[in-house]
Amino acid sequence: MSVISNTTTITSVGAPSRRNTELALLVFAVVIPVFAYANVGLAINGKLPSGMLSYGLGLTALATVAHLAVRKFAPYADPLLLPLATLLNGMGLVFIWRLDQSQRLIQLAKYEYGSFSPSTPKQLLFSALGVALFVGVLILLKDHRILQRYTYISMVAALVLLILPVFFPPVFGARIWVRIPGVGSLQPGEFAKIILSVFFAGYLMVKRDALALASRRFMGLYLPRGRDLGPILVIWGLSILILVFETDLGTSLLFFGLFVIMLYVATERTSWIVFGLLMSAVGAVGVTTFESQVQGRVNAWLDPFAVFTTGKGSDQVAQALMSFGSGGIFGTGLGQGHSDLIGFAANSDFILATVGEELGLAGLMAFLLIYGLIVERGVRTALAARDPFGKLLAIGLSGAFALQIFVVAGGVMGLIPLTGMTMPFVAAGGSSVIANWALIGILLRISDTARRPAPAPAPSPDAEPTQVVRVQ
Amino acid sequence: MNKPLRRVAIFCGLLVLALLIRANYVQFVQADSLKNNVHNRRVAINQYANPRGDIIVDGKAVTGHTATNGSDFKYKATFKNGSMWAPVTGYASQAFGTSMLEGVEDKVLTGDDDRLFFNRTIDILSGKKKQGGDVVTTLNAAAQKAAFDGLGSKKGAVAAIDPRTGAILALASTPSYDPSTFAGNSTTDSKNWNQLKDDKNEPMLNRALRQTYPPGSAFKVVTAAAALENGLYSSIDEKTNSPVPYILPNTTTELKNEGNIPCENATLRVALRYSCNTVFGKIGADLGRDKMVAEAKKFGFNDELFVPVRAAKSNFSTTMDKPQTALSSIGQFETAATPLQMAMIASAVANNGVLMEPYLVQKLQAANNSVIEQHTDKTYSQPLSAANAQKLQSMMETVVTSGTGTNAQIPGVTVGGKTGTAQHGVNNDKNPYAWFISYAKTDSGSPVAVAVVVEDGSANRGDISGGGLAAPIAKKVMEAVLNK
Repeated sequence: MSVISNTTTITSVGAPSRRNTELALLVFAVVIPVFAYANVGLAINGKLPSGMLSYGLGLTALATVAHLAVRKFAPYADPLLLPLATLLNGMGLVFIWRLDQSQRLIQLAKYEYGSFSPSTPKQLLFSALGVALFVGVLILLKDHRILQRYTYISMVAALVLLILPVFFPPVFGARIWVRIPGVGSLQPGEFAKIILSVFFAGYLMVKRDALALASRRFMGLYLPRGRDLGPILVIWGLSILILVFETDLGTSLLFFGLFVIMLYVATERTSWIVFGLLMSAVGAVGVTTFESQVQGRVNAWLDPFAVFTTGKGSDQVAQALMSFGSGGIFGTGLGQGHSDLIGFAANSDFILATVGEELGLAGLMAFLLIYGLIVERGVRTALAARDPFGKLLAIGLSGAFALQIFVVAGGVMGLIPLTGMTMPFVAAGGSSVIANWALIGILLRISDTARRPAPAPAPSPDAEPTQVVRVQ
Repeated sequence: MNKPLRRVAIFCGLLVLALLIRANYVQFVQADSLKNNVHNRRVAINQYANPRGDIIVDGKAVTGHTATNGSDFKYKATFKNGSMWAPVTGYASQAFGTSMLEGVEDKVLTGDDDRLFFNRTIDILSGKKKQGGDVVTTLNAAAQKAAFDGLGSKKGAVAAIDPRTGAILALASTPSYDPSTFAGNSTTDSKNWNQLKDDKNEPMLNRALRQTYPPGSAFKVVTAAAALENGLYSSIDEKTNSPVPYILPNTTTELKNEGNIPCENATLRVALRYSCNTVFGKIGADLGRDKMVAEAKKFGFNDELFVPVRAAKSNFSTTMDKPQTALSSIGQFETAATPLQMAMIASAVANNGVLMEPYLVQKLQAANNSVIEQHTDKTYSQPLSAANAQKLQSMMETVVTSGTGTNAQIPGVTVGGKTGTAQHGVNNDKNPYAWFISYAKTDSGSPVAVAVVVEDGSANRGDISGGGLAAPIAKKVMEAVLNK
């Protein structure tokens, strides 16, 4: 270094991009599932699975494409999110393939539908679509603030997505599916989660001052004005309607919780949380009193083993609990458990039971911590974001993700009543995996904007060294 | 906006923490109860995931296993001569659980017993499959066959014990069932199971251990022991103070004898030989409830035994009044005993007053024949002194040489016994139970004591008596043991 640059100049070095950290972590995120895949094959068939090479290459290809896209289009994005999502997606494929090998589930499918089709190829295709959407988000969404323009279009789109399933027949008691003949079925709730976050972020960014300041103080709480109360009542009513017409406790809890979190962040008013909790309590109790499907879920939660004596309802929760319990601390080992006893939805809503039984408490906690880490990186992105819209959108997405984890894992482990949602990335289901890849894409875009060094100031004429000019 | 963001971050952290705590609760705190929950099919899957160990009699396995396919159970239990051994082995069914030795020693048979941990570890390290341990029983195959064949198509049970050790030599119950007919979990298995469950003859009832019958006159051995032990009569050949008929105390009810037999003031020997109700009824009343209860208790009444299969509690009332005590002392009123209990009575007398604790399992061993548990003989009680026991032996031998039990005579062997014919049903309208308890003696003590009960041999009531129906079966069982 020459002595000349000794003079301090504020340059645009900024934060390191951390892309190589991401790459190193991605290697683990690909190698771990490949080993798990080999483990399952050895445990079940006594030999390495025949699809091992293609599975390993496929996962590597997905990770590489995703990584290159990040390197090119979001070079300063958070380095942890992509490896974590890849690891979960890869392990999810392993668990789904493991359950595809279950003779019991094959027999069950043949008995019920006349034929059995493995879920793994479909899930692999959906994962590829998910990564494609992820790359698409990074390429097309140059700046997350563009989404702000679509605030009210998002609202309409979210309403349509939420209402759509009402017109389709319920599956296992819950109307959360849209069946498109020839294409398959879609869970619009998963996409609505993202679109609603966009709407809330755009709406609240505009209205936050009115909501926060124009209020009366009553008993230490800030009561909002009637007209400001309107939107929260609309969202509350909507989630109640979802609960009544779609009998989907999870989705309605998710949307209402999401709205309360974002409202609280936007206004910094604790009173909104109090209102939110009160209203959701009233709604939940009210609907549970009338809706038999929700009642059944609550009863199954209160006494999961009652089904064996009464013969009423489903034994899935009890089977899931026994699956967890049989796993113990270290688990039976991949491929050696009997979580397929859960029967239907063993590889989607209940996939966490397979994790718990075969990888034990240790493995289950690792999975929960990975999810926790994704949420934490999302919240960190919200903290780092420089614009209010980005902050609100990031906290909305990560809050929705956290609520979904809690609602699904809590339901499967018997902590709260069971709801019809899936574990992001791990569970079999196209909508879930595609939507969550998009969610990670948006978070990466926000974090890239947040961590990107400020552009170098334009060279100005003043920057020229001062010259002493002899004036005649 | 950063302050609420941090709070939301804490909230999300709490959600994950709640999940972690719940995971620990379900997979650690509740793990064992969920793992062994009755509704957890993994228990059964694990039970039949490996070849089950065998139950061994006289060095030969009476149970086995066969590989199955088409279900989540890999192996199925098999039974050789299942109906004969059913009261001992019980069943091990993929669909319907286990019973008797298959149930009690299930952990050893599946290889899950903690004491097999070392063997299991070695197997894992050497790459062998998990193997179940074996249960070596005390049974005598010849005696069991004699008992089962002797009962034949009759309804009844036999229990035989080695009085010197308490080892159970035979345990037969008829009608019986073949446990292999429902060892699997197919529809045929369920059909067979339901058929057996609904059969009004209760083939799956283990009469030798689990059914109590009024013992009738066979109980008089206990009453005689009580009289000698409490010094009511010191010699078995002195005259007793016994009127005929005997009026039950505090009542006007006459207690009579069966037929015209010399019971008035009869000696104990004569009274037992002819089975005098009057003499033994009066002894019970004279001794009183407490002394009779104490003696019955020493013989094993009012106690649930585990051999290690549970044997039902035999009953001798502890709350009866004086006339009821008199009736109880001749094996009526509420007195009820299992065949095993009655064999224990004969066994205590034959073993000079010492009652050994009955047991069914000689040893438990791992698949490589290393012993993991060995039975050691235990004294259950001493209901009577050696001197009194010898007096009682003399009385019981008289019964066989010249009394009601002549059908049990074995040439060249000293046999002692007692018959019993217990009435039951409203106004005794049902066929009585025919009892015979006996023992055989050699120079080296008594190797066998046996109790036989036959519920209803034929439609002809007159034919049913302990000496006629039960004694020949007892004789065959004793011969089988002696000829060994």
